[in-house]
Amino acid sequence: MNNKKKDLTRREFIKKSLGWAGLAGVLYLPVPQLLKLSDNTITGSGQTSKNPAAESQPGEKVRDWCMVIDLRKCDGCVSFDSPPQCTQTCINAHFTPGGQQWIEVYEAELPGGGSYFMPSPCNQCENAPCVNVCPVGATYHDEDGLVLIDHSRCIGCRMCMAACPYHRRFFNWGTPKLPPEAALAEYSPLYPVPAVKGTVIKCMFCGHLLRDGKLPFCVRGCPTKTLYMGDLNEDIATNGREVVVLSRFLRENNAYQLKAELGTQPRTWYIPGHGQESGRKSDDKRKLMKPVWGWGGYDDHPGIWPWGESNNSASGNSTAGHPTGEAHSK
Amino acid sequence: MRVAKAENYAQRIEQTSLAPMKKPSTAYYAFVLFLLAIIGWGLYAYITQLKFGLLMTGMRDYVSWGFYIFSFIFWVGASLCGALVSAILRLTHAHWRTPLTRIAELVTVASLINAGLMISVDVGRPDRLLFLFAYGRFQSPLVWDVIGLLTYLLGSFVYLYLPLIPDFALMRDRLKGPATALKLKIYTLLAVGWRGTPEQRQRLDKAISVLTVMIIPIGISMHTVTAFTLSMTLRPGWDTAILAPNFVIGALFSGATLLLVVMGVYRKFCHLEEYITPKHFRYVSYLGIVLLFSYLYFVVVEYLTIMFKLRLEEKELFTLLLIGPAAPWFWTFVATAFVLPAILMLYQRGPTIPRLMLAGVLVNIGMFIKRFVIVVPSLEVPLMPTGFHFFTYSPSWVEISIVTMGFAIFALILTLAAKVLPIMPFVEMIEENELAEHHQTKGDVGKER
Repeated sequence: MNNKKKDLTRREFIKKSLGWAGLAGVLYLPVPQLLKLSDNTITGSGQTSKNPAAESQPGEKVRDWCMVIDLRKCDGCVSFDSPPQCTQTCINAHFTPGGQQWIEVYEAELPGGGSYFMPSPCNQCENAPCVNVCPVGATYHDEDGLVLIDHSRCIGCRMCMAACPYHRRFFNWGTPKLPPEAALAEYSPLYPVPAVKGTVIKCMFCGHLLRDGKLPFCVRGCPTKTLYMGDLNEDIATNGREVVVLSRFLRENNAYQLKAELGTQPRTWYIPGHGQESGRKSDDKRKLMKPVWGWGGYDDHPGIWPWGESNNSASGNSTAGHPTGEAHSK
Repeated sequence: MRVAKAENYAQRIEQTSLAPMKKPSTAYYAFVLFLLAIIGWGLYAYITQLKFGLLMTGMRDYVSWGFYIFSFIFWVGASLCGALVSAILRLTHAHWRTPLTRIAELVTVASLINAGLMISVDVGRPDRLLFLFAYGRFQSPLVWDVIGLLTYLLGSFVYLYLPLIPDFALMRDRLKGPATALKLKIYTLLAVGWRGTPEQRQRLDKAISVLTVMIIPIGISMHTVTAFTLSMTLRPGWDTAILAPNFVIGALFSGATLLLVVMGVYRKFCHLEEYITPKHFRYVSYLGIVLLFSYLYFVVVEYLTIMFKLRLEEKELFTLLLIGPAAPWFWTFVATAFVLPAILMLYQRGPTIPRLMLAGVLVNIGMFIKRFVIVVPSLEVPLMPTGFHFFTYSPSWVEISIVTMGFAIFALILTLAAKVLPIMPFVEMIEENELAEHHQTKGDVGKER
């Protein structure tokens, strides 16, 4: 009897203490954490240590970057007989690994026949599907509205690439081949150079330049002044040659957002056109030229089969069905 | 006569259950070595992948998920086997399932280990996997997946272990002679002082019933969140609410049919002919037929609602699937998951067991292909005016080796389990048999059978 009673009290004790501990855990632990985490995703303040954006003082003016792409001016640089200069400048300035076009120019069809060129950077969506799915908060919005990636946190699950409806995210599949000067670059999420193996990378509107009051590389590189960098807060945009009132510019030129029906709220607007202001005819048959990576693709690897060291990275890529880059020359 | 047979039954079942634990044959060692060789090759492939990165796979920027992800979905599907057979059938007091429960739970645990493996080899930075816990965002479907997987794995382990306690106790008592001291110590430890007292029995029953009720929603949510990793995106073919229930039914289907295969193999190699009879195969195949038609219904509903409206990107997807480059896979899936198994399971001609095992193999090949059909073509549809329409994905040798390693690990876990665990819950079976005898003597035959 005595024995049984002792057993019962121990049981009761364990039961009760576990119950109280569990209740406390349920009430205390996840709730503040959830709140904190959801805070992170909106403001990006969780990345305090690594994100320079978080160093801004509360009183500081917060930007709301956006881009306007005036398709009436874009001729895909075919009249210059060169690859699209926005892409090429971006590649040269960020040492992007082979095949990655952070801003990519697509050739799309016009309703009545003919085609137009469409430069496509990351849309920096306000309701970004990639930010919503990231399991570790490696991709986040900074205070200026940019969607950035913290490459020291990204685990490489590529969920964001599946979520992005614009194909605007790239993966560093291997150790990228880079020119020696890339090693001098000082990495930050605003300037993700050099690229880190096994992480996702994309356009970040050259946030490092915007902070210094400079225009992004693609805007500066564009010879036809197609690209406008703007600030939604100040309602202003510029392509480096002219300054426009953003809202009026968008309104008067029937600007549209890519796949606006998806509700991603892109921060990139397009003004319909086919390069007419640069003197391009819509039935121009000249094709886009492929941009050049001066440093090749990825480091050599043993090819797609365990035998045969002969496959270098380029042929390895094409046999494995690497579509980026090659397709446009066809 | 009946009483004598009952005693024999208990002795025989004890013998059969304990026999494999004594003397591993040469063939057994050869098979384990063969599996270890495959696993070793897979490890070599994984080391290559660690060294050169995911560059060694066939995945690229457009098709950024491939063989690993659809193997992961396949294994998660196979894992629902345990929830179905041991939990749902236990809950509905279907007593014929007793000899199958342990096998089903083993399949579940082995499949979940593989699922975890597949998702781990897929990440680009395996060194940062723990970030999922350090920085995990509860808003991400991938974190739901990790939580679901770990919960289900833990639940299945416990659910495998609890009914084993009386068996471990019996082994502790019976194996005193043949077993080594270490083995005996382990069994004693695992038996946690089980003496079969009414109090112990009552507590164990209670724990098992609680787990039985818990494991079903855990298993179903596990597969639901796996579907969510796809259906929370805006991709054609994934962006649909029916994907999650579709995955659950598909998983139950492949789980039940996988059980047909695994129990057939165990029956042959552990000599369980007396306990796992054609009747068991038939009953599982009845479940299989019901699930086949439910799954068919879900697939038709899913595809019909998309195909009727045929939004542009989805039109591309279905061109790809039905008549395009992915068509051979799609129609192979239809043939091996629906047409052939339906014929095999419905027309009961020929020997029951090989016929149903063949159906099980076919369904699982079909369901593996189905996971490919879900994942890859959706990624192959261009979302931007890229000017070209099909990006080929074919897995590289690294991916094939690692996925094959997964199958080898699955087989290895089941093979080793046969040597260290009683493959049927024999204590429970003896008790049920006694109960049946008891009812029979009282003329209460129909109730239990």
